[in-house]
Amino acid sequence: MDIQIRKLHKSFGDFNALAGVDLDIASGELIALLGPSGSGKTTLLRCIAGLEFPDRGEIRFDGEDVAERPVRERRVGFVFQHYALFRHMSVLDNVAFGLRVRERRERQPEALIRQRARELIELVQLAGLEKRYPSQLSGGQKQRVALARALAIEPRVLLLDEPFGALDARVRKDLRQWLRELHRRTGYSTLFVTHDQEEALELADRVVIMNHGAIEQIGSVDEVYERPASPFVFDFLGDTNVLRAQVHERRVQFDGADIAVLDGRIHPDGAADVHVRPGDLRLGDGGIGLDVVVQSLQRTGPVVRAVVQTSGSKAPVRVEWPHLHHDVPALRPGAQLRLRLLQFSLYTPQSRPPTSSLGAPILIGQERRRDHA
Amino acid sequence: MSAIAQPRRRSRSIIPGFNLSLGFTLLYLSLIVLIPLSAIFIESAKLGWHGFLDTVLAPRVLAALRLSFGAALIGATINAVFGTLVAWVLVRYRFAGKRLFDALIDLPFALPTAVAGIALTTLYATNGWIGAWLAGAGIKVAYTPLGVIVACTFIGLPFVVRTVQPVLEDTEKEFEEAAASLGATRLQTVLRVIVPTVLPAIVTGFTLAFARAAGEYGSIIFIAGNMPMVSEIAPLLIVIKLEEFDYAGASAVAVAMLSLSLSLLLAINGLQLWMRRRHGAAR
Repeated sequence: MDIQIRKLHKSFGDFNALAGVDLDIASGELIALLGPSGSGKTTLLRCIAGLEFPDRGEIRFDGEDVAERPVRERRVGFVFQHYALFRHMSVLDNVAFGLRVRERRERQPEALIRQRARELIELVQLAGLEKRYPSQLSGGQKQRVALARALAIEPRVLLLDEPFGALDARVRKDLRQWLRELHRRTGYSTLFVTHDQEEALELADRVVIMNHGAIEQIGSVDEVYERPASPFVFDFLGDTNVLRAQVHERRVQFDGADIAVLDGRIHPDGAADVHVRPGDLRLGDGGIGLDVVVQSLQRTGPVVRAVVQTSGSKAPVRVEWPHLHHDVPALRPGAQLRLRLLQFSLYTPQSRPPTSSLGAPILIGQERRRDHA
Repeated sequence: MSAIAQPRRRSRSIIPGFNLSLGFTLLYLSLIVLIPLSAIFIESAKLGWHGFLDTVLAPRVLAALRLSFGAALIGATINAVFGTLVAWVLVRYRFAGKRLFDALIDLPFALPTAVAGIALTTLYATNGWIGAWLAGAGIKVAYTPLGVIVACTFIGLPFVVRTVQPVLEDTEKEFEEAAASLGATRLQTVLRVIVPTVLPAIVTGFTLAFARAAGEYGSIIFIAGNMPMVSEIAPLLIVIKLEEFDYAGASAVAVAMLSLSLSLLLAINGLQLWMRRRHGAAR
């Protein structure tokens, strides 16, 4: 089923949870709603489910406007952050609940219901635990029961609120892969809410990045990561260094020295913020770059992290390299280095007013250079 | 923290003071509960086995016991239903005067029992506000077993409300939302999800209300009318026997009450244990 959302508004008192959201979801897509807490992502999910009613706007399921329909009639599979399993019911009874509460004329015979519930329990790989109660299950198992329960009603769309939020790191990773696989097999249109960018990038076909009740960017994983539409998106998707620089005739200047040259006039002359990820800095090859002094060094398994200071304004900059990279030996505290910026984005400073919401393009200029060395 | 910093103790428990607190608990329990209770048993033993049975199985005593426990059970059942409703309303809805209403629940706790008894009698007597109206419908409340039930219901209400309320507050809205998203109607949600979730608390409240009502004296004797074989409660019978200086007889009735209460409480506890097992360690 595909979903169209048009100009959705929702406020709680003075707080604008959703300020005009437009979103199209194609049938069978796996979409992540990503954003910090308070960005409206959960409210959007709950509006789609019918657990919250928008003040204005349209929600269409296959063209039919359901904005006023209660949750009961929407046939959505909703998985709650804390699972909300009925604790007085066994796993089987939990999964069968949605089938048992159907109206008499639509209800299947009990034997069929039990059989269907068993199939679903098998699908979520919990066969043998049918008689357990929720309190006898681990977090990951509860999560899967909640999913099986939501799938039992053959939902038109599957909605998951922070599906992995309450699990430990290891279980989370396993479940992620498992959910991806399950989505591939069942093909339900699926939306999930998360504040973990890694989770969103790993799992989703498309990522919707939200901030202050509005969508900052919608795109495939590559699109949002490679071409972040705003400094907010750039910062939210990973570690960021920000350098307050100037652009002068295609040259990016920091502390009075050129640190990069733009391919074209993609940013007007004047002040510009350079956003660069710690992993996108490399040791210079004799050309222009950022002069820094190494402050401290930390090895954490596969990566080496260093904090360096720019030579002129003493601004701290974080650097992150794979531990076997040939540049690593140069990282000695006190060493003076010139760093090349492999990839960075340019944004006009303060281009984001405090309530940036109405979708005006914030991106002014951008420099993307791939480096495969 | 201090327990960790201290050198190794003989006890392996992290929490210090187990021996001291256990000793205190046992001493306190003995002084306050066990010694007086055993005194009752010793006193009633003076009658001998046959004397005891003669006293306890006398028709008047049996009738009184039946009334006390029967009325207490009925009152507790009424409270289990309506007390749960009151708790539901207090937890789920916001309305003017909610705090006052909430405070009123505790009134039967706080009111001296004799005051409650007089108030109920005044209301339900055939010339009272409610009593006159009911008398018109042919229902007599004061000075009948029905009056005993009314008094038992009155004093038991706060027990159910106050045990169910926190559990309902704890029952996340998410359960209801989950049930609705799965297609359950409001009624199905209440019957299949909410009531079973709070059932253990309702049973606890029922037990407390029952225990209180079974032993209640002050608020009942005024409205009961105390006619032997009809509206005479067991605690009153004990008082009567005491006034006749029949100490052994009084303690025999007391022992009967005690055994009945204890076995009923044990049965309810067993039921609760079974429920808790079924639901795992949830609550």
